[in-house]
Amino acid sequence: MQLALFIVFGALALGGALNLLLQRHPIYSALSLVVVMMSLAVLYWSLGAEFLAAAQVIVYSGAIMVLFVFVIMLLNAGKEEQTQGSRAAYSVGFPGAAAIFCLLSFVFLSERGSLQSTNIGGDLSSAVDNIAVLSAMLFTRQLLPFEVTSVLILVAILGAVVLARREQ
Amino acid sequence: MNHLTDFEVFLMLSVLKVVVVLVITLLGVAYTVLLERKLLARMQNRWGPSRVGPFGLLQPLVDGAKSFLKEDMNPLAVERPLFILAPIIALGCALISVSVVPFGAVTRVRGVDLFQIANVNIGLLVILGVTSIGVYGITLSGWSSNNKYSLLGSLRSTAQVISYELALGLSLVGVVLRAQSLNLRVIVDSQSAHGALSWNIFGGFQFVAFFIYLMAAFAETNRAPFDLPEAENELVAGYHTEYSSMKFAMFFMAEYANMITVSCVATLLFLGGSTSIFGHIFDGILNTPIANAIFPVCWFVAKVFAFLALYIWVRATLPRFRYDQLMSFGWKFLLPLAMANIIVTSLVLAVRG
Repeated sequence: MQLALFIVFGALALGGALNLLLQRHPIYSALSLVVVMMSLAVLYWSLGAEFLAAAQVIVYSGAIMVLFVFVIMLLNAGKEEQTQGSRAAYSVGFPGAAAIFCLLSFVFLSERGSLQSTNIGGDLSSAVDNIAVLSAMLFTRQLLPFEVTSVLILVAILGAVVLARREQ
Repeated sequence: MNHLTDFEVFLMLSVLKVVVVLVITLLGVAYTVLLERKLLARMQNRWGPSRVGPFGLLQPLVDGAKSFLKEDMNPLAVERPLFILAPIIALGCALISVSVVPFGAVTRVRGVDLFQIANVNIGLLVILGVTSIGVYGITLSGWSSNNKYSLLGSLRSTAQVISYELALGLSLVGVVLRAQSLNLRVIVDSQSAHGALSWNIFGGFQFVAFFIYLMAAFAETNRAPFDLPEAENELVAGYHTEYSSMKFAMFFMAEYANMITVSCVATLLFLGGSTSIFGHIFDGILNTPIANAIFPVCWFVAKVFAFLALYIWVRATLPRFRYDQLMSFGWKFLLPLAMANIIVTSLVLAVRG
């Protein structure tokens, strides 16, 4: 059951990612990215990380990608055009992406011993309530990185405001 | 039923629950439309629909048959795949969120809870997540229609929904802090001790949160006084201008299904869910298994319909906001208020606990 879940949504995530690259129209690419995000959320859930899954859906698919789609709609972006530069990017990009994929999988496979592993759906069969554990971790041992990240986001927001108000 | 394995029982009962809940929700949607038309008519000193069946009771069914039989027009310049996908997303997301709502007391048959489709640990977040996906229905419908009124309506609506989602989410944090869980069943149980006195809106002192939730929920569902996306005197009909027949009906049903979902969440989080107003005073009377299963469901439905009636009442009473008023109300008033509510609630809980 859980293996089927993993296979279906893993395939969906891969298919969405490929579709994101192959689609010519930006809005379809953005929607494929939404599919990828949602499939990843299901995969997180099947690994027992419920809160992460919900946050993934709410933050990424529900807020950030809506803004992407919003901007694409507002700019009324047309279809992607083929130029000399984009062909060059194709010829460099695909081998480059393949090389990075090979490198990453090599590192993960060779360092498999030192990385921790989990069973697919192993945590799904027993009831987990990990929000309390997660928040305790976040607000005690990881407090400094957590707060620094929020300051970073604040800086980004302020930067956006400054850029938007410069014309006055 | 004894010769079936537990898994078979679980599967059959789950499918049965899904079908029954879906049918009841769709019927609820249809009759909420009738309720709205009747109540609005009464408030404006009219009769409302009264010709089809006694008191117009068959009107929703006839309306459904009519929109089913109408010609399904697709304008030539639309982006076809998205034009068809948009109403499906809108209605689908509106209906999915009902699946985590507990309708009644825990009533187990061979380990399967009868009155809740899925008891999820993060039920509240699931509802928020599914509603945030529902925005795509509106966004895509406006863009794919290739019509400036639709686009303006959907842009307005998307901006409105995203803005008010923040206030909505933050208003629920106080309740979650009190219940110490995101599980809807646990949240309901945390308010069941003394009837109405221990509901979050009264005994939990979350009435500020309830007020914020109420405002944000009206805006989330694009209802009056925040129904700018379909302001007919400015935008024809907003994002569903180009839709006809069943595709229009799907948007229409999605709006009312969203209303029902929002009312369910309000009931669960602030009005004690399926618990009785009187708490445990009358527990001794009619203490049979069937009565114990049915009365909580009745309480739940009564509370949901009371909330829906409030929706309709507000629609009949208040005029529409202007767009800048809507945005400044959401960002400059509701959001700071929600944050203040979280801080005060957590301070009180920290001092007491």
